[in-house]
Amino acid sequence: MKTGLTRILAMALAAWACLAAAPALAQDEVQPPALEAAPVGDSEEEEIDIVGGTRAATPIAVPDFPTPNPAQTPAGETGALGRQIAEIIANDLRNSGLFDPVDRSLLRSVTMPEVTAPNYDSWAQVGAQALVHGYVQDNGSGLTIGCYLYDVLARSALDRAGYELGYADWRRGAHRCADMIYQRLTGEGAWFDSRIVYVAESGPKDNRTRRIAVMDTDGANHRFLTNGQSIVLTPRYAPDQRTIVYMSYINEEPRVYIYDLASGQQRLLVNSPNMTFAPRYSPDSRYVVFSMAVNGNSDIYRVAVSGGTPQRLTNAPGIDTGASYSPDGRSITFESDRSGSQQIYVMNADGSNPRRISFGGGSYATPVWSPRGDLIAFTSGFNIGVMSPSGGGARILTRDYQAEGPSWAPNGRVIHYFQTPRGTGLPSLWAVDLTGRVRQLRTPLGGSDPSWSPLLPD
Amino acid sequence: MTKTMRASAMILAASTLALAACGRDAPEDLPPPPPDTTMPTDPTTDPGYGQPAPGSREDFLARVGSDTIYFGLDQHDIDAEDRATLDSQATWLTQYSSVFVTVEGHADERGTREYNLGLGERRANAAKNYLVSRGVDASRITVISYGKERPVALGSDESSWARNRRSVTVVPSSTGF
Repeated sequence: MKTGLTRILAMALAAWACLAAAPALAQDEVQPPALEAAPVGDSEEEEIDIVGGTRAATPIAVPDFPTPNPAQTPAGETGALGRQIAEIIANDLRNSGLFDPVDRSLLRSVTMPEVTAPNYDSWAQVGAQALVHGYVQDNGSGLTIGCYLYDVLARSALDRAGYELGYADWRRGAHRCADMIYQRLTGEGAWFDSRIVYVAESGPKDNRTRRIAVMDTDGANHRFLTNGQSIVLTPRYAPDQRTIVYMSYINEEPRVYIYDLASGQQRLLVNSPNMTFAPRYSPDSRYVVFSMAVNGNSDIYRVAVSGGTPQRLTNAPGIDTGASYSPDGRSITFESDRSGSQQIYVMNADGSNPRRISFGGGSYATPVWSPRGDLIAFTSGFNIGVMSPSGGGARILTRDYQAEGPSWAPNGRVIHYFQTPRGTGLPSLWAVDLTGRVRQLRTPLGGSDPSWSPLLPD
Repeated sequence: MTKTMRASAMILAASTLALAACGRDAPEDLPPPPPDTTMPTDPTTDPGYGQPAPGSREDFLARVGSDTIYFGLDQHDIDAEDRATLDSQATWLTQYSSVFVTVEGHADERGTREYNLGLGERRANAAKNYLVSRGVDASRITVISYGKERPVALGSDESSWARNRRSVTVVPSSTGF
């Protein structure tokens, strides 16, 4: 039997496609440098609201997590960590667009006994429908983080979880707690405990410096992997998260390289006199599909991550590129201009039976298969859209100048992309969900070509 | 012989420049001045004292119609104007047969990064194949696509896009006699 809150959220999720933009939220002055709440979308988004009714995001209280025994740890003092963890959780939930965290100035401190016996009335008074409690404890070799979710209206416990993490990974405890809350209240898959690889861009438009960078989904733990001496493009996380495949102009020879995240070493994927580009991994991380340009004709090939002789998958005059596997590994979607304009195709993973799936006006490019398998994201003109793998139900999610390069969240419900302004400005990273709600991702420099990792391993 | 070829190349270059002056873009579209034209020369043996060293990058830029040809949107065909430019390059390359060049292909900012990499490669090969058809050994020409990543015009308008849809024949600056 569902409680009042979960029934409300279940209704909201049943009407996922008609969720409207969340109300604008004041930026919390103690919000960590992370994802930035975007302005409320313009009225164009309302056309997606086909069922009708603007549904407000669920108010949720995330007060600071207390600590049973205050201690200094390599990650910081446990009380301070409890404060930061609550902020990270609230920030994650706010960024989903489905939650409206209660303003921190209205949240009182919580005692340890309250964590398992909440005072529902006091949280109802600040407008919360859902409540998150938890604690932080030093266990000698790392941190133990408890996470408890309550339904304030029904005055009942909904779920709880505990996480043991090394000191360096303490932020993951907050993301995993936020993922538990998100999954329990929306029925959708988790996505906060994941990472992003992208191209950090700086400098003038005719002499850009481009570096591969990685960061947590909320922008924390940012670091550069390459030094900017060579142009680097299109980095993609391996599903096993051990390597990144990307294109580099090292020695002015544009080729696909594999970067090993543990060792920091990079190696050429295919030894060829020709340009190799647009790489992407197979779902099992064993193969890379990529394009190779030979005398003005680009076709799609597949090669083992360890190297070897590539297997040619397409053989048509024109530019075949942007290959992306289906999550079951049986099919590949790609773009080709073989018909005279860029359109999206699907073929079997061995290259057989290619068939065109996009037939709308204009160009369709960079198809990317959702990890759920139900949708293919694409770039059409200057916009990001989605369609079914059979080509039906195409709809545009963004309206801006030159958006491109979609990448799916692990749960297949949010898409990262990049947008380049007119003139000389730097590109920036954005997220859009399937209702068309957009927000900008904060990065230290400009950003392009985001690639979302799967959920991090436990 | 050499003098005749040089003279004809210069006439061709002059006529193509004249065409460029009326049919192409404003002066700021011209390639930037060569960074350094001073080269060790011996005035007693070099009749071209004060001129770029024969076979050098500067000599190439001074004597061909242009190092750059332009393309239509999503196109890679070589039109009559491009042929005149490439003919002048082929003439120079035939004269200096030990010079290896790179042909860069570029695209405007519209369209996706991946597609434009393929498009730039297609344009560079169109220029290369024409030069080869005019007698330049294919092994002397390397092609490289920069897609839309190396624009020369920074605006987001038709004239900027037109200037960025190009292929550029580059003589290495270290080459010279």
